[in-house]
Amino acid sequence: MSTRTFRVWRGDADGGDFAEFEVEVNEGEVILDVIHRIQAEQAPDLAVRWNCKAGKCGSCSAEVNGMPRLMCMTRMNLFDEGEDVTVTPLRTFPVVRDLVCDVSFNYEKAREMPAFKPPAGVKPGDYRMQQVDVERSQEFRKCIECFLCQNTCHVVRDHEENKPPFSGPRMFIRAAELDMHPLDARDDRQDMAQDEQGLGYCNITKCCTEVCPENIHITDNAIIPMKERVAGDRYDPLVWLGRKIFRKGKKGERA
Amino acid sequence: MALSCAERAATPALSEFSREGAQMTTTDDTDVSSPPRASISARNLRTDRWMRGPVLTVIGITAWVAYATFRVFYQGDYWAADYHYLTPFYSPCISDGCIPDSAHFGRILPDHPLIPYAALSLPFLLAFRLTCYYYRKAYYRSFWLSPPACAVPDGHARYTGETRFPLILQNFHRYFFYAAFLISVINTYDAILAFQSPAGFGFGLGNLVLVANVVLLWCYTLGCHSCRHVMGGRLRHFSKNPIRYRLWSFVTVLNNRHMMWAWITLASLALTDFYVMAVASGMIADLRFIN
Amino acid sequence: MSETTVDEVERLACDVLIIGAGGAGLRAAVEARLAGKSVIVVSKSLFGKAHTVMAEGGAAAAMGNVNPGDGWKVHFRDTMRGGKFLNNYRMAELHAQEAPDRIWELETYGALFDRTAEGKISQRNFGGHEYPRLAHVGDRTGLELIRTLQQKLVSMQQEDKAESGRYESMLKVIDETTMTELILEDGAVKGAFGYRRDTGAFLAVEAPSVVLATGGIGRSFKVTSNSWEYTGDGHALALKAGASLINMEFIQFHPTGMVWPASVRGILVTESVRGDGGVLKNSEGRRFMFEYIPEVFKAQYADTPEEADRWYSDPDNNRRPPELLPRDEVARAINSEVKAGRGTENGGVYLDIASRRSAEFIMKKLPSMYHQFKELADVDITAEPMEVGPTCHYIMGGVEVDAETTASKVDGLFAAGEVSGGMHGSNRLGGNSLSDLLVFGKRAGEFAAGHASRAGAVKVTDGEIESAMAAALRPFDNDGENPYQLQAALQAVNGRLVGIIRRAAELEEALGDLEELRPRIDNVTAIGGRAYNPGWHLALDLHNMWLCSVATARAALERDESRGGHTREDAPGMDPQWRKLNLVEALEDGEVRLRRRPVPAMPEELLGLFEPGELGKYMTPDEYRSEAETASGEEGKEEAE
Repeated sequence: MSTRTFRVWRGDADGGDFAEFEVEVNEGEVILDVIHRIQAEQAPDLAVRWNCKAGKCGSCSAEVNGMPRLMCMTRMNLFDEGEDVTVTPLRTFPVVRDLVCDVSFNYEKAREMPAFKPPAGVKPGDYRMQQVDVERSQEFRKCIECFLCQNTCHVVRDHEENKPPFSGPRMFIRAAELDMHPLDARDDRQDMAQDEQGLGYCNITKCCTEVCPENIHITDNAIIPMKERVAGDRYDPLVWLGRKIFRKGKKGERA
Repeated sequence: MALSCAERAATPALSEFSREGAQMTTTDDTDVSSPPRASISARNLRTDRWMRGPVLTVIGITAWVAYATFRVFYQGDYWAADYHYLTPFYSPCISDGCIPDSAHFGRILPDHPLIPYAALSLPFLLAFRLTCYYYRKAYYRSFWLSPPACAVPDGHARYTGETRFPLILQNFHRYFFYAAFLISVINTYDAILAFQSPAGFGFGLGNLVLVANVVLLWCYTLGCHSCRHVMGGRLRHFSKNPIRYRLWSFVTVLNNRHMMWAWITLASLALTDFYVMAVASGMIADLRFIN
Repeated sequence: MSETTVDEVERLACDVLIIGAGGAGLRAAVEARLAGKSVIVVSKSLFGKAHTVMAEGGAAAAMGNVNPGDGWKVHFRDTMRGGKFLNNYRMAELHAQEAPDRIWELETYGALFDRTAEGKISQRNFGGHEYPRLAHVGDRTGLELIRTLQQKLVSMQQEDKAESGRYESMLKVIDETTMTELILEDGAVKGAFGYRRDTGAFLAVEAPSVVLATGGIGRSFKVTSNSWEYTGDGHALALKAGASLINMEFIQFHPTGMVWPASVRGILVTESVRGDGGVLKNSEGRRFMFEYIPEVFKAQYADTPEEADRWYSDPDNNRRPPELLPRDEVARAINSEVKAGRGTENGGVYLDIASRRSAEFIMKKLPSMYHQFKELADVDITAEPMEVGPTCHYIMGGVEVDAETTASKVDGLFAAGEVSGGMHGSNRLGGNSLSDLLVFGKRAGEFAAGHASRAGAVKVTDGEIESAMAAALRPFDNDGENPYQLQAALQAVNGRLVGIIRRAAELEEALGDLEELRPRIDNVTAIGGRAYNPGWHLALDLHNMWLCSVATARAALERDESRGGHTREDAPGMDPQWRKLNLVEALEDGEVRLRRRPVPAMPEELLGLFEPGELGKYMTPDEYRSEAETASGEEGKEEAE
């Protein structure tokens, strides 16, 4: 057991500042334990969003010493003895109060994304998919929607004006998930990703992958494959030329 | 089922949630003015040494580019005639200035100090690496500061990413990959031809260097994200294409270490070139195992 | 705080109001919307974060994909056995029959379960299930389920937008909002009142049908696998509305929660670890479960490690390992080992899969367990054993509902999922929870929609809103204790006196302690403003937790036998006379009143699914002997107290 200095940002949309707390820390604890202790002993109205405290629900996203993290998955022994710990809300989204942000941006983007379209004529119970074919999409379905990737992505973090045209890494893995889904009946996922989600804004600097608590290979397995799929479709001079000449439909057959 | 769908349509529904005169908050209407974020004065609060990565990248890439530029325009010491060692920086050697033995594919370009001897391959190789998904990350972060590190602010006020010219051209990576693939074949050919000595077959340290470099180049080139896409990434059903699935899986293994291959091949290219230059200039003698 | 006026209260109306956005709530919303109704779903947390995400192992459904011998009858049998025949047989029957359809339809919403070689949904073994039965996705099945339903709701909103121009014209999800009261008129529900957590603003929703899907009560215990939301809100809302709770004494302690470090104590270690080969060992290194196979399960469980180990590869010719006994048995066994001094230094036992399966296998099958231990406890489960112990996991008890319609006693009030009672009897089998919430969530949506069609218009008055508002604001005017201290005090009472092993004297003490806590909780104090104030939120939740605790303690004291999730040290063993009885509780004049009610008797065709010899272990002979002999002699004899 030892004592630590925690600097926690407190405030709301009208402003705020860091509050300092001297707080006890026990062996094996995570940031969220300490925040809870501050809440129970020093600041009962300290706002913090959390649910499962087991890294499964993705609610307790915040920034700890400047890095986007889940508070429940950030062990205290990550920090040096005597090192102060700074906790702030996510900086990309509007603040509600203290450590809680308004993350509705992400839900709005999700709602703009066309859902899975079931294959015509296949009855429930008759879906047949091979494990190797579902595995790629399954990786993306591990997403717990903590929105750390959305928060850390500089496209919107540093450029508020990009929020309307850019959906963010969370939505790119959703696009990839559906585009790779063995039975999804839509064939416009790539166009959608490029034209409506702003895939082109991504400059693959990989911070989304770095902060993902589920270790989803967001960049390598979703964003880049989607960029490649779009490139194959649009930026392939041969394909483009062929289309010009033969006036073919946009989509080739898909294996 | 106790209730069927038939029963459903019959019932009229209340289609509006909000009662007259009531305040309705809905997320339907998108708010134009964005509500404020937490007001935190510090631009970033990272306490680790986040500058280390970008700084090392700048140093590494700058040093390499300086060396490569010097060598490409040096136009000498690229061919160890006794052993047929040709440095990859001059392959294929197609300038009129090339030593005839080193020009396996003819000498078609005029000899000019500003035209590299391998002027056909070098632009493609440069473009291949410039548009490479790993190098893009590396230089966007380190040279362009966009962003320098995660959760550290972008060095630019405006940002449009790869949505418009010229960065939209990054999408041509695939074609540079095809070119790089062919050039890797040529490099392989060079490495095989290099098992030579004045007495016929020969084998020296230079051969090990050339072969190692070629193997590493293949690891980098085949591990490319575009290659992964072409091999099988574009498929929706791996199960229907077992061979391409295996190819894709193989490329995926290489691709997982793409950054590592990217840096190793920069080093191996420079070292290979340096070794050939040293032997060709007579600075050192090749260590020979056979002949 | 009291300057808020009723005019500022947000007023909404819909056909079906669903409180809770976990699996049951979302499934109900899908069904009610499909029935053409306008639906509002209220969620205490963000959309898609409900406790359902924590479910790991899978959803039990007798699809027979892995073992074609499986079918609803086998599933029904397993469920009844697991619940020690106290289950509402009709719920168990409907559940077993409908679960496969509910799983299959998830695929049409985009769910991606793990597959068999034939491309069907893969199914895994689990405690108490005779055949591999759990549809799963690695060990994150709950996440898949909730995300699938979440996305289904979004897709329905997209369809509504295509038609009406607005996403939320027929289906609206209000997140981070807590409902504090149901509003009734003439014994029928007509709406609910609550507050938005982010702003503290109040809202009132008028609805002729209300579905409770609020989950459980685990936060009344200190060591629990449940998230903060599990404060028994739905149980308490139902009680206060005049509905009754059933089986509240039965709380499932999951046998394997993490025990170290202290900060993660209680977090679940999925049963799949045992299903995939993990075994339990005490500090002496002995695989102790063989010593704890109860008489009623001797026929199905292996008595030697050799046979148990053969079962993983040859389940048809060997009996199951005793590690896969129903959860109550395993939890009690671990408890006994620790009490006998054969536990680990942190008070648990070892769960070892490292020495039995390859690292690769473990990483593939149990990725999130690997993560959880690596990141929370710094333990590599592919290299060393885990330390585990029982943790409060699930309440079998809940709102007494009609099996077919999920309707409670209160007109217009429905309940589905963990908040409802009866389906699981005295103990729930792993995997039956996810299927339960799909089957009965769907039914709740369907019948709530039907009810809304029949019900007339409803109107909530200003007076009703004012009184609900005053109650919600009371903690700001109180001058009592901090809610966190009171929650700790309540947890201490439950953990110490109403835990996994119970005694009459301790339960009496618990009731006394709870009575002592009552005025303190009534006087709980919140400080600060109304915007996102967790202290205030907890202050309001505390009363619900208290009510549920009283209901549990009273029922636990009444039932002097041991059955499933209720173990009385002073009354060991099952008593067939008690098997015929449910304990039902209701609120009368503000006090929890308890009654005995006969368990509905199983019809002959269902009784016929069991060997008489097996029934004899649970029932009195006249209950299962040929109906012709006894006619309907017994039923109705057990009168309400």
